[in-house]
Amino acid sequence: MEYYLQLVINGLVVGSIYSLVALGFVIIYKATKVVNFAQGELVMVGAYICFALTVQFQLPFLAAFFLTLGFSVVFGLAIERVILRPMVGEPIISVIMITVGLSTVLKSLVQLFWGTQIRVYPSVLPQEPVFIAGLPVSPVYIAAFVLALVLFGIFSLFFKYSRYGVAMRATAYDQTAAASMGIGIKNIFALSWCIAAVVSSIGGVILGNINGINSQLGHLGLKVFPAVILGGLDSLLGAAVGGVVIGILENVLDGAAKEFLGLSGFKEVAAFIVLVIILMIRPYGLFGTHEIERV
Amino acid sequence: MQTKCGVFFESYREEARLLVGGFQKSRFAAFFLLLLASPWFLNNYHVSVLIFINIAIIAAVSLNVLTGACGQISLGHGAFVGVGAYAAAYFGFQGVPFLPGLLLAGVAAAIVGAFFGIPSLRLKGIYLAISTLAAQLILEYVFLHWDAVTGGSNGMPVDSPSIAGFAFDTDRSMFYLTLFFAVLAVLVASNVMRTRFGRAFIAIRDHYLSAEIVGVDLFRFKLLAFAFSSFMAGVAGALWAHYTMYITPEPFAITLSISYLAMIIIGGLGSVQGAVFGAIFITILPEALGYLADGLSGVFPEVSSYLLAAKEGVFGLVLVLFLIFEPEGLNHRWKLFKSYWKLYPFAH
Repeated sequence: MEYYLQLVINGLVVGSIYSLVALGFVIIYKATKVVNFAQGELVMVGAYICFALTVQFQLPFLAAFFLTLGFSVVFGLAIERVILRPMVGEPIISVIMITVGLSTVLKSLVQLFWGTQIRVYPSVLPQEPVFIAGLPVSPVYIAAFVLALVLFGIFSLFFKYSRYGVAMRATAYDQTAAASMGIGIKNIFALSWCIAAVVSSIGGVILGNINGINSQLGHLGLKVFPAVILGGLDSLLGAAVGGVVIGILENVLDGAAKEFLGLSGFKEVAAFIVLVIILMIRPYGLFGTHEIERV
Repeated sequence: MQTKCGVFFESYREEARLLVGGFQKSRFAAFFLLLLASPWFLNNYHVSVLIFINIAIIAAVSLNVLTGACGQISLGHGAFVGVGAYAAAYFGFQGVPFLPGLLLAGVAAAIVGAFFGIPSLRLKGIYLAISTLAAQLILEYVFLHWDAVTGGSNGMPVDSPSIAGFAFDTDRSMFYLTLFFAVLAVLVASNVMRTRFGRAFIAIRDHYLSAEIVGVDLFRFKLLAFAFSSFMAGVAGALWAHYTMYITPEPFAITLSISYLAMIIIGGLGSVQGAVFGAIFITILPEALGYLADGLSGVFPEVSSYLLAAKEGVFGLVLVLFLIFEPEGLNHRWKLFKSYWKLYPFAH
């Protein structure tokens, strides 16, 4: 029992990072209807920038963190302007493939600069585990979870009350109508890529603090798909719930497969089996808009 | 059909021809003769590149029927090729001769492909892409963990193919064998596109509701597209396995699926000729980069190591640039090129 409880807690932490990555994904999809296959690579780039600033340039962690956020803003804007802007109105497969192309470019750039080996962040938080319900939990995990919660709070408020948040929702709902009401669609697109890059790099920095980083980090982006499909492609709440649920499910199923079936590495695939099942039953997810075309 | 000025058809049979006019036929024959002669004046390494091009052509043409013609985005094609490779290895191990083994590999891939095509009946566009992505990752897991059949991470040895006692154990003979299947694949795909099946696929891609109204059974034709395309992918995989003589799960990863998609996009979606162009281009690209790195290493020693490390990135970059600047693909450029010479010196 304790074994599974530990798995659930691990899943919760990994899941909260999935949620952050899924949040970036959902924001882009919601505003621009672009499916971003390079989401994991945005996480990776953020993580490496922060790593470079703290370790290679010896900046204090907080300064490096905020510089990374600043970089992500510029980075998100640049991607939107250079790569996604020309793709407006192109067929869906082209848009998918351009983000796939982007992801391989980012991955090889990271490998070019930092190589493929695992890099470890200097520890920022205390190492001694905190005991929750008798189980040892590392403070980094708690920080990750809390940070994810805070970010979700901020973005929910942002979308509900702020001027830009409302504009983004309007754009997502109907681009033409939003444009005719004086909303700058291009700015909204840029903003959504910006936010996605920022959120992802926060996820990357957290991950770097937990496990260290290597150039395979981008693989994480694939895990986002089960999470957002479960939650619903265009729902923020869905991203939060989906990420956490997939994180927990994946850990628990992996543990169960190891214990009962003797299968190793089931973690890699558990989420995708869940994904196929969700797609067959409820393609629009738990909280997504019910507008998917049935064939 | 787009033809030269001054060419008139007097019967439907003439109009349905793949090659029109004496010049096109002789040009094609010359190209084909050159291709047939090529293993005799190229070294083994170049011949092996040609073999991989042939295999890539089979896979790309088959994906083009599914994604280009029928509009069903598949991010799992690399895994379907893998299913064919593993099936060929498995049946070969059981003592099935090459040709029936090839057929069985195709059938195995077709069954798996059709199975993972079932979600396409409810899903479209991005949702289908994600579900085929799941298929890819699940199949990768199966390749790696179903030790009894696939040999797990150790992989499996495969024999050279032999037909009626003749062993295809040299690069040269393998070239002719794969070329035969590539030509067959191109012919089959071009002809499928011209039959009622192909027209049904295109109708589904262009507007599934209209297609259904004019009597296309969506259920049947979508599964058929998946099965047909995966069958050819399975044959490509079987040839791959027989050529490399050893298979492991690594090559059949998501990157392979992506490079097949890149082939048909860079070549030109929906056109068989485009898929061939794309397959050639994407297979040659890393080789060309290798040459470039070699050539530059004499001048700037550091450039070459960077260039080699960046191979994958260059692939991504090429994909991005093509999508931005040449979204219609190489096939479109080829048509423009031809019409330029046709109209020369009058540009319009």
